[in-house]
Amino acid sequence: MTDGAATGVAAQTPEPLPEPAAVRPSSLLVTLGAGGAVAGVLLVIAFGLTLPRIEANRAHALHLAVNEVLKAPARYDTLYVVGGALTKTPPPGVDPKKLEQVYLGFGPDGRAVGFAVGAAEPGFQDTIRLIFGYDPRNRKLLGMKVLESKETPGLGDKIEKDRAFVSQFDGAQPPLAGVKGKRAKPTDVAMITGATISSRTVIRTINNALGRLGPLLEAYRTEN
Amino acid sequence: MMSDLTWIFVSSMVVNNFTLMLFLGLCPFLGVSGKIDTALRMGAANTFVLLITAMAVWALNTFVLPYAPYLRLIAFIIVIASLVQIVEMVIKKLSPALFRALGIYLPLITTNCAILALAIFQTNRSYTFLQGLVFALGSGAGLALALVLMASIRESVELADVPAVAKGTALVLMIAGSLSLAFMGFAGLLSSS
Amino acid sequence: MAELSCHASMMTTSKDAPPREDLAKGLWRQNPVLVHLLGLCPTLAVTNSVANSVVMGVATFFVLVGSSFLVSTVRRWIPNEIRIASYILIIATFVTVAEFGLQALVPDIYKALGPFVALIVVNCIILGRQEAFAGRNPVGRSVLDAVGMGAGFMLALLIMGSVREVLGSGTFLSVSLFGPRYEPWVIFVLPPGGFFTLAFVLLAVAWHKQRQTARARARATDEAVLVERVA
Repeated sequence: MTDGAATGVAAQTPEPLPEPAAVRPSSLLVTLGAGGAVAGVLLVIAFGLTLPRIEANRAHALHLAVNEVLKAPARYDTLYVVGGALTKTPPPGVDPKKLEQVYLGFGPDGRAVGFAVGAAEPGFQDTIRLIFGYDPRNRKLLGMKVLESKETPGLGDKIEKDRAFVSQFDGAQPPLAGVKGKRAKPTDVAMITGATISSRTVIRTINNALGRLGPLLEAYRTEN
Repeated sequence: MMSDLTWIFVSSMVVNNFTLMLFLGLCPFLGVSGKIDTALRMGAANTFVLLITAMAVWALNTFVLPYAPYLRLIAFIIVIASLVQIVEMVIKKLSPALFRALGIYLPLITTNCAILALAIFQTNRSYTFLQGLVFALGSGAGLALALVLMASIRESVELADVPAVAKGTALVLMIAGSLSLAFMGFAGLLSSS
Repeated sequence: MAELSCHASMMTTSKDAPPREDLAKGLWRQNPVLVHLLGLCPTLAVTNSVANSVVMGVATFFVLVGSSFLVSTVRRWIPNEIRIASYILIIATFVTVAEFGLQALVPDIYKALGPFVALIVVNCIILGRQEAFAGRNPVGRSVLDAVGMGAGFMLALLIMGSVREVLGSGTFLSVSLFGPRYEPWVIFVLPPGGFFTLAFVLLAVAWHKQRQTARARARATDEAVLVERVA
């Protein structure tokens, strides 16, 4: 791949390429440097052209997710978790993309309806990433959406696709408890037959996230 | 933190085994899996390169790429390739015995897609330095495990009476499929609480 | 390994082959995947649905044709010592452009393909074509060669993707084929299904080849017998 490998390969190649008698190292460097510069320019152009579209796609995906778990709020704010509290403005000098974010949705009357919180934990096959809506005033969930999972098609992926499972989270009261069969209490979530581990991961992810962030969310509500 | 590292290790070694579940590093898997001894050495050399890559990628991600995200792929490729060359030279100089054991595999590994995949996964999941090392170790162990399993099965199948049309890659792929099927049984291992 | 197999794939056509041959050889007779067993990682990894296969095929096609064009254009100015490094630089540039493009145009599929878009860079077919063809042939022929090989790769991906999606999900391009009563063979969209499907496809190719050789041999013996009789 690098010079050494290239020459090594060239030495083994049966049909030699038309080779110049002697190549000065400086000309090698110049060629590679020029090639690198051209590649760099091309990349910067492509990056500049596509970046707005890529960011728009990301924003759109996030918008859809927040909309779904907060039941279509009129608007929402992005809040950052900094030093055990929520804040609207990230501290200077810190890349806001690296901070944990939650989204506070507002109804048409300007009142806060709840927070959308993203969380992830290891599932059956790989990490399950999800977002859920939580109303700290009434201490109940507003909705849940799986953003990313590699669970088994037909079984574990029902945590994404099975409407009966997903709709239970609307109005459920954390801390949630997974049950087999029918749900009896508002804290119950009926797990999917054949996908107990995936179901339990979703429940545990929400419980853990609220255990960690719940007090912060409540504190922020009362302040404002 | 500890359980987190355990999870990364077990996940990368068996649950999401690079070769059998993610189809990475298939070239050596199909090409160098005829003998157990060779497979072991290939696995060891791979793990070694993966560890170096994990360190290099961590350095790139921390110090260089935040300023030029569009150079990610090119930087990975160039750094991995040159680093492996340098390491090869260093080993040759310092430990001829080790070089004889692993050396000839090193240049072959550079262009192995498992190495670049490790770099990309590590970046996408924003692993820390330690997590990256554990991930590399787990992936390497997983590659070695798959290689050795494959080699031992192939050694046993060598004398079997296989129809001429199925000899070669088709047979190896069948075996790989069965191994992959077996590895699916590891799913759920990490989430049984 | 890649370098080894790339060199094993030194499939060049003779200098005076017709342009049609540059284009056609990659599709079937010298198909990079089905005959030369190159680029197996993406062939197995992203073919769990037709849509993924098509997007992956198009991205690889773009990178291959772009790199072949550029490499054959600038081949006179690339010193032999650094040609592999230069090829890789060119390929990586095109792959990065393809990555940005997919991310902007089809974000969902880009997400489903995961790291395999970036891994086009180490796809042996591409480096192999630069080394075996584009680095030593004029632009026109190199582009034809790349188009043929890229199309051959797409064909292989499409075969794999169709078999796996139809059997594994009961759909084609997400359109249900057999109605709700079909119980999909989920295994085909899972990793083992990839290995099994490719094994069967390769078996079919080998069987076809075996029959062809047998027929050719039979014809040869017939002719020999005929010649003997005439003599």
